[in-house]
Amino acid sequence: MKPVIEVENLVKKFGNFVANDSLTFSVFPGEIFGFLGANGAGKTTTIKILCGLSAPTSGKVSVAGYDVYRHSELIKKNIGYMSQKFSLYEDLSITENFQFYGGIYGLSRNEIRERTKALLNRLDFLKAQNEVLRNIPQGWKQKLAFSVAVMHQPKVVFLDEPTGGVDPITRRQFWELIYEQAHNGTTIFVTTHYMDEAEYCGRVSIMVDGKIEALDSPEKLKNQFAVNSMNDVFVKLARAAK
Amino acid sequence: MKGFVVKEFLHIFRDHRTMLILFGMPIAQVLLFGFAITNEINHASIAVFDKARDSKSLELQQKLTASGYFDINMQLENTKSIEKAFQSGKVKEIVVIPPQFEKTLELGQPTTIQLINDASDPNTANLISSYTSAILMDFAASINPQANSLPVTTETTMLYNPELKGVFMFVPGTITILLMLVSAMMTSISIAREKEMGTMEVLLISPLKPYQIILGKVLPYVVFSFVNAMVILILAYSIFEMPVNGSLLLLLAESLLFILMALAMGLFISTVSNSQQTAMLLSMFALMLPTILLSGFVFPVENMPLALQWLSHLMPSKWFIIIVKSIMLKGLGIAYLWQETLIILLMAFIFIILSIKKFEVRLKLK
Repeated sequence: MKPVIEVENLVKKFGNFVANDSLTFSVFPGEIFGFLGANGAGKTTTIKILCGLSAPTSGKVSVAGYDVYRHSELIKKNIGYMSQKFSLYEDLSITENFQFYGGIYGLSRNEIRERTKALLNRLDFLKAQNEVLRNIPQGWKQKLAFSVAVMHQPKVVFLDEPTGGVDPITRRQFWELIYEQAHNGTTIFVTTHYMDEAEYCGRVSIMVDGKIEALDSPEKLKNQFAVNSMNDVFVKLARAAK
Repeated sequence: MKGFVVKEFLHIFRDHRTMLILFGMPIAQVLLFGFAITNEINHASIAVFDKARDSKSLELQQKLTASGYFDINMQLENTKSIEKAFQSGKVKEIVVIPPQFEKTLELGQPTTIQLINDASDPNTANLISSYTSAILMDFAASINPQANSLPVTTETTMLYNPELKGVFMFVPGTITILLMLVSAMMTSISIAREKEMGTMEVLLISPLKPYQIILGKVLPYVVFSFVNAMVILILAYSIFEMPVNGSLLLLLAESLLFILMALAMGLFISTVSNSQQTAMLLSMFALMLPTILLSGFVFPVENMPLALQWLSHLMPSKWFIIIVKSIMLKGLGIAYLWQETLIILLMAFIFIILSIKKFEVRLKLK
């Protein structure tokens, strides 16, 4: 299978500071890829590069089959993004948010209407569709934000700590949504600080000081470091940081 | 793109505070400036210390009241009460008429009327005393036309604003301030809000190009600012009878240019501020105060220290006020105003370039 994200010797420097130190990894269609690392390890920098927001200093990077140097505009059409910061408009209704985001991804009015209906139906949220976002509980907003991020059916969805500040039950439901989406062939690229969530991922990479120190399935990583949980794997690696 | 503009309009309509600023402010400001802050004297309350109490002194008092500028609210009996009258705060000026006023006048001898003013408010004191003097001169001339005939007399004509209406001076300033406020402050706040909420990130990752994001944010405010300018003009025209002597089309075109300049400034502010508060404070201190103080709107630029005069040249609003006044009052055309227009155009250009540069740098570094 051809990977949807291909990164080879990616380096990103800010002056003398090396944020990403020759990263190499691939992510395959329909995979749930956990991108872990302590704060300041360089995760956000990598995500910005993969989303076409920031140019790498050197190395080969392609996303959804397009080169980041030359086709960042095409990449943007084929990816979805959701961040920990809640990214829908508080003063617009659910439907208006869907309309707006569908619109900027160039969906037709009919497509927007159908997909909004399908997505809200899946969340069992059709009743509240004209409710203004401000009045909706945090956990629900997060699920809505995810639905908006996949509305244009991107090849890859980047989730930057999508479950920050969400209760365990909603997190659980959130991950069910992620699984469904991956099952339909969307690649999920997710960062998180919750190690139980890391266990849900197909493969996990752990970044320390700008380098990828480990990359494998959670099972194999636990074996490799001879520990019982991803939490211990993470602590073992992160403790070695400068 | 269309969706973006629609969304932006929704933001504005949903936010009552924004709506209030957008539509309540212009009306309130024009009415305030038009009615409350005037440099005209109207029924100022004064006192008279009439030491003569004869027919001429009474005549003089009547003349003062008849002018409509003054109300004589107090008759003083002795010198001591002068101080008291001012301390009570009830009078702004005291006219002291000397004893044997009528007799002196009949003899054709020179006499002096003393004006004592409450100069704790110097501008008003000045105005009142000059109004009074004018009436006194008039009075003197009517009594003894020959005696007072000087070889040279001045005859003043007030061009462009013959009635010296304060509102003629405030309307151009108000338009300027409001356009600045709505265009620069509102856009910078609305862009900063997207950053604060994290929606800006999502927009940047979307296929929208930066210029589309900026246009989408800015367009609704162009429309609102323009509507605002019209509202102010209509108010000025209908309530205060302010004429538009020049070309209305030119006036609107210049307003549009100024709006674009202000928007460019707003954009620039938003690129350097990350929160709504910062954007607001920056707009307030960097735009509003200098606009009000240095543009010649309230205080004449000619009377400022040289350094401030130089600084005032950097205020786009100063040039815009000149343009608006020239078009509305003097009826001048573009042939006389191309320099001012060019300056605003240049400023708009500079701010657009600066913000694009800033915008790009921000993208690259983060």
